[in-house]
Amino acid sequence: MSSEIALDVHHVSKRYRRGVTGGSVLDGWAQVLADRTTFADAARRRLRHPVRREPREEFWALRDVSFSLGEGEVLGVVGRNGAGKSTLLKVISRITDPSEGRIDLYGRVGCVLEVGSGFHPELTGRENIYLNGSVLGMRRREIDSQFDAIVEFAGVGSFLETPVKRFSSGMSIRLGFAIAAHLRTEILLVDEVLAVGDEAFRERCLAKLDSVARSGRTVVYVSHLLESVNQLCTRAVLLEEGRLTMEGTPDEVVRTYLIRQSRSADLHQAMDERPGSGGARLVEARPELPLFACAEEKVLSFAIECRDPEALGPIHLRVKVVDENDLVLVSCDSRAVDRSFAPRSWPEAMLRIRSPWLKPGRYRVDVALEDRAGSLLDHVPWACVLTVGPGVPSPGSPPSAADGAGVVAAEYVFEAEGPPGRKGGA
Amino acid sequence: MARHNPPPSPGTVDGGPEPTRIPHRVIRPRSGLTLLDLRELWDTRELLYRMGRRDVTLRYRQTALGITWVVLQPLLAAGIFTVVFSRVAKLPSDGVPYFVFAVAGMVVWNALSSTVSRASTSITSNATIVTRVFFPRILLPLSVTMAALVDAAVGWVLTVALLLAFDLSVPWSMCTFPLWLAATLVLAQGLGTAAAALAVRYRDVQYIVPVLLTFLLYASPVAYSLGAIPNTHHLRLLYSLNPLTGLLQGARWALLPHQRLDLGLSAYSVGCALVAFAIGTVIFERSERGFSDVI
Repeated sequence: MSSEIALDVHHVSKRYRRGVTGGSVLDGWAQVLADRTTFADAARRRLRHPVRREPREEFWALRDVSFSLGEGEVLGVVGRNGAGKSTLLKVISRITDPSEGRIDLYGRVGCVLEVGSGFHPELTGRENIYLNGSVLGMRRREIDSQFDAIVEFAGVGSFLETPVKRFSSGMSIRLGFAIAAHLRTEILLVDEVLAVGDEAFRERCLAKLDSVARSGRTVVYVSHLLESVNQLCTRAVLLEEGRLTMEGTPDEVVRTYLIRQSRSADLHQAMDERPGSGGARLVEARPELPLFACAEEKVLSFAIECRDPEALGPIHLRVKVVDENDLVLVSCDSRAVDRSFAPRSWPEAMLRIRSPWLKPGRYRVDVALEDRAGSLLDHVPWACVLTVGPGVPSPGSPPSAADGAGVVAAEYVFEAEGPPGRKGGA
Repeated sequence: MARHNPPPSPGTVDGGPEPTRIPHRVIRPRSGLTLLDLRELWDTRELLYRMGRRDVTLRYRQTALGITWVVLQPLLAAGIFTVVFSRVAKLPSDGVPYFVFAVAGMVVWNALSSTVSRASTSITSNATIVTRVFFPRILLPLSVTMAALVDAAVGWVLTVALLLAFDLSVPWSMCTFPLWLAATLVLAQGLGTAAAALAVRYRDVQYIVPVLLTFLLYASPVAYSLGAIPNTHHLRLLYSLNPLTGLLQGARWALLPHQRLDLGLSAYSVGCALVAFAIGTVIFERSERGFSDVI
């Protein structure tokens, strides 16, 4: 690998304005009508400045981010949703301008952002391959030479003359990834594409990215699949609230990220920044024990606060247990078991998860509150952390039950086939 | 502030043979006036061609008559004009059959109106691409011009065919038509890019543009000749302030026999077109920075 710099990010910041941009000048007047208490004042202000916009709240999606990347390096970018990972890629790919700072790019930049990175739905697969290739700065000859490989990788051979609007979403994603991965831009940005698509495709993508990295191209890789960051990347950075707070080996960064995640539960996040209507809010989520044993019943309790218990009807809870790779292991829906919580009589809800056996590790608990009609009241992706300690799952099991492959552990018995009388009980 | 620094040739170390020049690019916040980056535009000419081709193909995809519409559209419009303006309103047509006169006007008018209206929505209707990949955004409004060129070329041939069919002489000035068309498209491009940039922030533009175009259609000598305007109270002078007047007159002079050409008026119109283009481009380049944030 060469020591040549491929990408140099210097104190880059990106500021967004909150609220509707480009709103109508009439909005200000509408606000006057809505805001009755200060109607006279507001109207007077409005009349004096008929088209002035109220100053909007700003927020920094990126704040003073600096790093540099050598040719052939694969950088993993780790961080929570909204930490600025996608914004970083958008700034590097020039989709949006930075507000401050400077980026030096040595080479053409290809990117796979979100699903079907910019296909035109009416154009056929073939036309889109060429259009996309040109967008990425490729000459016709370069696209020609990679055309067959792209088609084969995406597995869309028989759909080349079909408009992309008739592609399944899986096919669009595969095609988008295939184009960006095969066209030889010197720098490749990959955002979260692997979160969608099936397991087999994911494996192929990872293999392809690995060979892309080996061929000396520089890759910036954003993913929630922390395992793949570990596998693929030579280096990683951690983004937190727009700031780059750590840089190191993928292993170190992922570990730090996970530890910080478990500490900074979303419950401390300001209530009004959470999704959902807010008719009821989760105020506390607590595992009964700091450390559960593998086979033990996991008991979680939740405290809910209702703004207007009279108006609200029964509340439904949806609780997910999610592992470190963002894989949902268990989803417990109170609706599915026909259980709801009346806002007055049930200030606390209790959930007992009896199976499956969770392997030792940390799991985040994702809680959603819904009203009777199914509309979202509150959603906290990181309500609390459930920790399962190492050790023997249960007295009767073999010590190895919690180790080895598999996402969860299970209770199992092997039996030898033999005369009926010798079979053991389950 | 310069948008891109000159490349300090980063790829040339050790003197090894570089397969391709590794381009160096600097991204920094842009402010103030930025002009078109011509080198970047030249680098992306293939994309421009592909986008233009896309626009042409898409226009007639899933239509039963397909490319026939290129011929049918001006003929139908001219037919309606013939009934309304020639038969009913009895407007003069400068010594050529009204139908041929109207077709020649429609060829130019269609080039302008289709470019302006398509260019004005070119950014907003391609929002998915704009928010996901980078390319010089001005390619989107520019590429619609290609479709207009195809239409105008067909219209040019159509006019010649009509002249022959009506047993009229084909004037030598016919070969200057591309120049008039080019000036018209420069004007259209200026209006279209400005509208496209504004449409990103204010979707109102998509409602205003068709209204303005309809107004412009009747305010310009498309369906009638400049001679039909009474020369009282400087009305004709006022009329000639519309840059399209000179361009239409010039194009008619090119396409049809026995037409007069007012060189002063033509020069004024071409000047207006260039100014409109410059202003449109500056507006576009200024607001381009925020496209993906507000679209």
